[in-house]
Amino acid sequence: MSLDTVAIASTTPETTQPWRELGLKEDEYARIREILGRRPTSSELAMYSVMWSEHCSYKSSKVHLRQFGEKAPKSDALLVGIGENAGVVDVGQGYAVTFKVESHNHPSFIEPYQGAATGVGGIVRDILTMGARPVAILDPLRFGSADAADTKRVLPGVIAGIGGYGNCIGVPTVGGEVIFDKSYAGNPLVNALCVGVMRHEDIKLAKASGTGNLVVLFGAKTGGDGIGGVSVLASETFDEKKPTKRPAVQVGDPFTEKVLIECSLEIFKEDLVVGIQDLGGAGLSCATSELASAGTGGMRVELDRVPLRDANLSPEEILMSESQERMCAVVEPSKIDRFLEICKKWDVVATVIGEVTSGNHLEITWHGQLIVDVPPRTVAHDGPVYQRPFHRPKSQEELVANGAEKLDRPSSGKDLADAIVDLISSPNMADKSWITSQYDKYVQGNTVAAGPSDAAVIRIDEQSFLGVAVATDCNGRFCALDPYEGTQLALAEAFRNVAVSGAKPLAITNCLNFGSPEDPGVMWQFAESVRALADGALEMGLPVTGGNVSFYNQTGNVAILPTPVIGVLGVIDDVRKAIPYKFSGEKELILLGETLEELSGGEWADRHGHLGGIPPRVNLQREIALAKFIDAQRDFIAAAHDLSDGGLAVALIEMLLHSETGATISIHGDPFMHLFSESSGRILLAVNPEDSNYLVGKATDAGITTTRLGKSGGENLEIAGVLSLSMIHLREANQRTIPELFG
Amino acid sequence: MRVGVVTFPGTLDDHDAARAVRFAGGEAISLWHGDKDLQDVAGVILPGGFSYGDYLRCGAIARFSPIMRAIIPAAEKGLPVLGICNGFQVLCESHLLPGALTRNVGLHFLCRDQEIEIVNNDSAWTADFAKGSKITIPLKNGEGSFQCDDKTLKDLEENNRVIARYVGVNPNGSRNAIAGITNERGNVVGIMPHPEHAIDPLTGPTADGLSFFTSLLKTRV
Repeated sequence: MSLDTVAIASTTPETTQPWRELGLKEDEYARIREILGRRPTSSELAMYSVMWSEHCSYKSSKVHLRQFGEKAPKSDALLVGIGENAGVVDVGQGYAVTFKVESHNHPSFIEPYQGAATGVGGIVRDILTMGARPVAILDPLRFGSADAADTKRVLPGVIAGIGGYGNCIGVPTVGGEVIFDKSYAGNPLVNALCVGVMRHEDIKLAKASGTGNLVVLFGAKTGGDGIGGVSVLASETFDEKKPTKRPAVQVGDPFTEKVLIECSLEIFKEDLVVGIQDLGGAGLSCATSELASAGTGGMRVELDRVPLRDANLSPEEILMSESQERMCAVVEPSKIDRFLEICKKWDVVATVIGEVTSGNHLEITWHGQLIVDVPPRTVAHDGPVYQRPFHRPKSQEELVANGAEKLDRPSSGKDLADAIVDLISSPNMADKSWITSQYDKYVQGNTVAAGPSDAAVIRIDEQSFLGVAVATDCNGRFCALDPYEGTQLALAEAFRNVAVSGAKPLAITNCLNFGSPEDPGVMWQFAESVRALADGALEMGLPVTGGNVSFYNQTGNVAILPTPVIGVLGVIDDVRKAIPYKFSGEKELILLGETLEELSGGEWADRHGHLGGIPPRVNLQREIALAKFIDAQRDFIAAAHDLSDGGLAVALIEMLLHSETGATISIHGDPFMHLFSESSGRILLAVNPEDSNYLVGKATDAGITTTRLGKSGGENLEIAGVLSLSMIHLREANQRTIPELFG
Repeated sequence: MRVGVVTFPGTLDDHDAARAVRFAGGEAISLWHGDKDLQDVAGVILPGGFSYGDYLRCGAIARFSPIMRAIIPAAEKGLPVLGICNGFQVLCESHLLPGALTRNVGLHFLCRDQEIEIVNNDSAWTADFAKGSKITIPLKNGEGSFQCDDKTLKDLEENNRVIARYVGVNPNGSRNAIAGITNERGNVVGIMPHPEHAIDPLTGPTADGLSFFTSLLKTRV
């Protein structure tokens, strides 16, 4: 196999190159030739192809995502915004918190265990790269129908992969979601959110500046895993006898990651790096071009110095490899000895592979021969930008016209009781302990609340008890009915979940999972969703600190439900004052917020296989008022639980099951509507009976509708004059489903 | 009192063990796997985690580390050593305790709040409990099923060397629902659930685990 060098490329413009097989469009290939003033070498072609992919370049989403900057609210909390590995916010007392969600959807469908494991590994390194210690992981997950055969293959593998990786790196997995819908059958969604904590002065950025500074690759050796389309370079252009297609799904080694975390944090503590970047998608191509283009100059890399697991890898493959657990740092020559010494202490392989140069070119050599010579910005940032056509599909009208409010409803007490038991035992509403018990939620010793709590609450300072709360939410059915309202409903729910835990919401992140951007109907969903999130963030005064877009989640022409997962992070001044989701002793149960006839897209409709109508209305001002009320009255609230999927019926039963008690409540009006409506902006409170008059008065003063439902106690859920269900029966119904399906 | 907390590459609960020592009123001394000096500590904790990635077999590589070469003879001479979870596995691999920890019966990693009964309060690490007390502390492991041959089991039972048993469910299929054991002398204890994660109800299910750490301080004073 001959080496394609810059010198050869300059003299052989006519050579046919496999740009199409690498996923580039004709005009994109022409643009690369125009940038370089010659044909690219095979290594350059590989770099451009992967960096200009949808995944790395955001070429279909960029024009929409700009709104997050244009509509950004003024925020004193934002320390690092969109564009870096993860956004960073100020949480006070000199602490900064970084958080971000990423998707690993496609790999997790092909190879559930490794796909999910490396998804966790990747987001944890993004957080580490900012200079932070990773302190919590949350996993928003979506699977096909719970009883589908393939779900039995995918779900256990994904859960074991998240646990296998997260448990082994010592970062607690404290929340997330598990939701089933047939649209995810061929496209499960495996999103992973990580939260990290650092001191303000420890924030690190991905930039290579300072001529003469050294470029160090450290962590795992580079292997042939995770090389996607680039293998056509090796197999089709140069040597047809060579084995083709290496595994495209990466393989994770959590032990190496754990050691890399501790090693990196020790290096950061001694302030030994100028810039740092993890190696994720597009491997070294991404790390070198992004570091160089964000820095002040160029970079020269001797690719043959990269330590390899497989000595037969070609330079193109080394540039593309997505081998896990690797980091790239820029280090001043005076600090390199100490840097390497710390790596040695942790038995981490570290190699100087190049240096920062004064030019503005990224030059990569292979045994002395120049194989890449490009302006790094053109690789990392000047990728194509598409104005994809989008419009509201015609079918949307029909969908919206078919509301669930028209469905036959249960009316007798027995029918209502049956509907409640059906709902609470449905896969989406059932107890998920079988899944969450496979995750270590205790490691690091700072977990104050974890799922099924509405938000995870993590202590970040042992002396002052300062902490953070995080929640992720999305109802894809609401987004299918109205992507704008649905996205704001997801934002409102995540915001409310953080507020009911006793924290002040501070910042937003997102993971936008959609079908193909080449479908104008899907692109409309996406455009509406981004517009809604940017508008919502502005109205709530919360910065969007970063995010991730995952397109092409569809099988044939059928896309997944649009699933913009929204994460909200809040700060809590004293985690000892966090509001629990369960209580002990007799309490009065009070509902905050208004219940309207809003059933479309809800869980009850879904149990009837119905999807249509208009989703619940969202009122962000009302959400803000609720959050302020909860914050002000925190000391008078024994427990609080957000109302969302399954409405009052599910929220009430969940709170009672966790509190190990029954309740007697009264409903004025249509019991079905009050139990099953999924109106937004509602919270269930449990309060000491002597505080209830005070609290209801304060809520009324704040303009919040209150309903005094009744009192906890007894062994049954009694709805006066309507029905009585034994808590034992409800518990059994709620807990049985998931183990029966997957245990 | 100075209590050593060992960090192997892949150890996860070392900060938690050190916090537990501090909560109990002791001074936690960090011991690095590559060192041979025990730094004059009055007791040693081998915390949970995945030492050396738990490659080959849980605890199999840690056994050969320089720090274990110092701990093993010291333990044989009576130095109190507490192995929690992965630390228990290391103690078995080091032959300071008999038996082995194998995959949970359900074949899944399991994290839950587990009730256990302290059946022996004569050891260096359980002296501060009332015999027969039932406590709830987190269990989190994938390979926590205690197994041994019949002769060893008989020896453990007859010589009061079982220190704790699971109550209610036997979560991982351990023989005789054994959650922890001690050596003949009572100075070396291995326990599968995590007392260091139950020292403060704010972050754990209870504060029941604290007595493991106060036990050492009490017996050594």
